[in-house]
Order: sequence, then structure tokens, then C-alpha cells
Amino acid sequence: MARPRSSKPQLRFSTTWWYLLPALALYTFVVLVPSVRGLIEAFTDWDGLSTDRNFVGFENFVDITQDPVALQTIVQTITIAIALTILQNGIGLLLALGIKSRIKSQRILRLVFFAPAVVTPILTAYLWKYILSPGGALDLGLGATGLGFLQQDWLGDPDLALWCVIAVLVWQFSGYSMLIFLAGLEGIPEETLEAASVDGAGTFRKFFYITVPMLAPAIIVNTMLTLVGGLKQFDVVWVLTNGGPANSTQTLSTLIYKNAFQFSEYGYSIALAVVLTLIAVPISLIQQRIAQRGRTVA
Amino acid sequence: MNRYTWRTGILEAVMIIAALLFLVPVYILFNLAFRAAGDNQSPLALTTQPTLDNFGQAWERGNLANALINSTVVTVLSILILIIVSALAAYPLARITARWSRLAYTLFMLGLLLPMQLAFIPLYRTFLELQLLGTLWALIIFYAGLQVPFSVFLYTSFLRALPRDYEEAATLDGCRPWQAFFRVVFPLLGPVTGTVAALNTILVWNDFLTPLLYLSGSGTQTVPVSIYGFVGQYTTEWPIVFAGLVIGMIPILVAYFAMQGRVMRGFSSGLKG
Repeated sequence: MARPRSSKPQLRFSTTWWYLLPALALYTFVVLVPSVRGLIEAFTDWDGLSTDRNFVGFENFVDITQDPVALQTIVQTITIAIALTILQNGIGLLLALGIKSRIKSQRILRLVFFAPAVVTPILTAYLWKYILSPGGALDLGLGATGLGFLQQDWLGDPDLALWCVIAVLVWQFSGYSMLIFLAGLEGIPEETLEAASVDGAGTFRKFFYITVPMLAPAIIVNTMLTLVGGLKQFDVVWVLTNGGPANSTQTLSTLIYKNAFQFSEYGYSIALAVVLTLIAVPISLIQQRIAQRGRTVA
Repeated sequence: MNRYTWRTGILEAVMIIAALLFLVPVYILFNLAFRAAGDNQSPLALTTQPTLDNFGQAWERGNLANALINSTVVTVLSILILIIVSALAAYPLARITARWSRLAYTLFMLGLLLPMQLAFIPLYRTFLELQLLGTLWALIIFYAGLQVPFSVFLYTSFLRALPRDYEEAATLDGCRPWQAFFRVVFPLLGPVTGTVAALNTILVWNDFLTPLLYLSGSGTQTVPVSIYGFVGQYTTEWPIVFAGLVIGMIPILVAYFAMQGRVMRGFSSGLKG
């Protein structure tokens, strides 16, 4: 008598472990190994070219704490990150709320506001560089509307330049935040809001007691993304002001580049990159933790 | 309760005005790109005698044809490689629950935390030593490797939620895991592949710093680098510069308008994930 067939043949997944290898190899080569090298080379005084390379312990990091330009840069980088987070997400939220209403032009509005986010940042940066130049479109527009007294060299003024950079970034990326808020708003059931209306809740109460709490995941994602993204800004700053005037718009990314490729201070620049990592990693970690908890709860 | 009240009308008007104000820079861009060289009107006044001259000049002087080809090659190849290696890697990560699988996944996720600035310069030195600087391959490898963590994350999450029925049915039909993966599972990963493709097309095409560094001095350029050099040379001839900017923006804007739904869905789902 034939033996009964065993249950359905198992998929032998254990034979697929080597599928990991290509991705792992690429990733190790591009991300892991260089990052470790970077961490080590931050403790040297290498200039990136010669064979003269000595371990100097924490000297680079001590230099950073005593370098006014580096300290100013760190403060500015963090300023950009925080300002960008508040402004970009604030405007993004307003746009999302406006679009997610009953108005007819939703699709085209969404298209318009998100468009700058996909265009190459240096291209829009050059456009704004022209607009903000002395005698450029902004100054002319101010003159034409009787606000001539506001005209000035926007990008050349150390007190204003950073905020001009932030404004350009907000213009460029508000659409991103808007998109994520739109997705978050989709998840709020109409019935909940309607029931609240029936119970007599006005617009503000509905917003603060229903919409905002239900938008919490989107708010968190947006906050973390803009914080980390703001810390890494290079392209727009490089084109608009190249870190000037007087280092007033220098960010960690631009300073790292300059130290490595213009000042031949290779070890120092990597130390700056480590500082950037130290600031960015906790934020990303927090985001991952929150995302995981959200998923296990949901 | 879908009435269009007068309040909605006001909101609509406000939003449209906001959009128009938002687009003023774009208006200026196109306005000046079509403007003849000697024309000294205000940039806000509509150009009365539009010309295509600037575009011709920008195209030639900016060497944009080559840049477009290079950007396309880098983008397409790096995304192809990325999709294949990430989807492949996600299969054991999602289906095998052994310890080493979970450790490997964590290792990949580490890449999501590290900013690229840390690895950036050491990797530059590696490419220098390998004599790959100045070639497009350095860029292709860079982007493919850089985006592995996020793509693996997307594919693995999706696969974990996918029921195994399809693969098991395929095995019953005599497929080996290899065939089960490519014929059955990979097609089902369509949505994630779409997201990965959309997000990375934009990211790779628009990247500036890495090509600037890796290709400097070689004659090879991608679109952002090409425009950077071009503008540097012609800073006061704004109409030509703007024409160059417009040409630089066209490919990505065309792709955006053609695939807007896919692009926007890709961004919002990919970023929320």
C-alpha cells in the first residue's frame, strides 16, 4: 500500500539566503565601510592627499569647539532645521486643509504646490538668487507697489541672508509636507467630523479635538523628516549664498565640503560630519521608535 | 452634506490666489527665458517680443545634450540595480524568521540613520583609488548602494504583509523558490516597485553635490552640474541663464506631469512608511 503523501511540499526558504548578498555587498561598499572609515579618520590630521597621517585623538573635535566659524555653523544648521520644520509644516498643513475641503480645484492646486518639490533644487535656487538680487524682481516688485523702503540686498545682508535661505526652502518644500498631511487627512472618517457637527462642535473645536489628534502620525513623520532634511541642506545654500556673507549662511554640509576640498582639512571635515551624525541620529532613532510603536499598536 | 456654500467659494478663491502668488517666480522664469537680450523692461512685465534665441544658445553653450544623456543613464541604471537587489534581498528577510535574518534586517536599517555626509568623503577616496572617479559607474554604484536601506525597508514591509498562498501554490505547481520569486512574487510587488522608482528617479536626477565632486574635471556632467557650470559662466546674461534653467527643468517637469498620480502616491506612501 502506498504511503500517504506528506502535506504540501514546503517552500525551502532557507535556500534563498543568498538573495541577500548583492544588496548587502552594495550597501557595505557604499555605506558601511566608508562610514566606519570616516569615524576612524575623524581622529587623524590627514589632509586627504599626502601620506602623512597621524592619529591626533580628539584634537579635531576640540578644534571644533574653539572654532567660531564651526560653532556659528552648527547654530545656523540647527536654526535652519527648526525654522524649516515649523514654517514648512505649518504652511503644508494649511495647504492640505485648504485642499481637502469641498473646493473644486483640488487636483490642480495639489499639482501646483507640490511641483517645486520635484524640480532640481539648484535650478530653483538660481531663480531665487536672481529674484533676491539687488535690483532683482523682488526689489522691483516692492518699488512698484510703493514698498520701496523695503528694498535691500537680501542675500548680501548677514542678518537677513539665513532667513532668505529658509524662505526659499519653505517655498520649495511645503508641498512635501502638504502631501503627507493630505494622506493623513484621508484617514480621518467623515462620519466622525459630521457626528461632531451634529453635536454642536464648531470648526475650531473639531479641528483641535478631532483632526489634530488623528493627524498625530503625519505630524510626527513630517517633523522628523524636515528636521533631518533641514540639517543636511547643501544645494540651495551653495547656490544662493555659498555660505556667506561672512559665514552667516554656512551649514554643516557646506562647511564639510569646504574643509575637505578647499582647505585640505580632511580630518577636520570628517569630524564635522561626525558632529552632524551625532545631531541627526537621535532624531532618526526617535522617529523609528515612534513608527514601530505605532505599527504594533495599529 | 456636500454643499458648496459661499464660504467654500471664498476658500477656493483664497487658495487660487495663494497658488498664483506661489507661481510668480515661475512666471518670472519663463517670462525672462523668452526675452531678447537688449530688452530692459521690468521682469514682471510680460515680454512683448518673445524669442527662442536664448534656448538655442543655452543648449549649445551649456553642453546640455550630453548632460541629459548622462543623467538619464545614471538614473535608469542605478534604479534598475536598486530594484533588483532590494526586492531580492527582501525575500529572505521577509520570509525567513531565523535570528540571522532579523540581524541582517537591522543592519540594513542602520543605513537609514546614518547621514550620507559621514560616508561621503571616504567613499570618494575609495573611488579615487579605484580610478572610477570621472566615470558614470561611480555614481551608479553610489546611488544604488545609498538607497538600499530604504528600498529594502519598503519591499520587506510589503512582503511581510503579503500572504504566502501565491508562493505555495506556485511550489505545488513544481516551481523552485527562484521561479516562485520571479514569476509570482515580484509581479505582486508592483506598487512598491513603483514607489521606489518614482522616489529615486527624482532623487538621483536632482542630485548635485555627488556628481559635482565625482565628475569634476572630467568633461562628463549630469544636468545639475552642467547648469551649475553654465550659470557660473554667464551670470549677468540672465535671459540665457533662465533659458538654460528652463531646459534643465523640462525633463523632470514632463515626467512629473505625466506621472503625477504615481509620483504623489509614491512620496506620501513611501515617506509615511
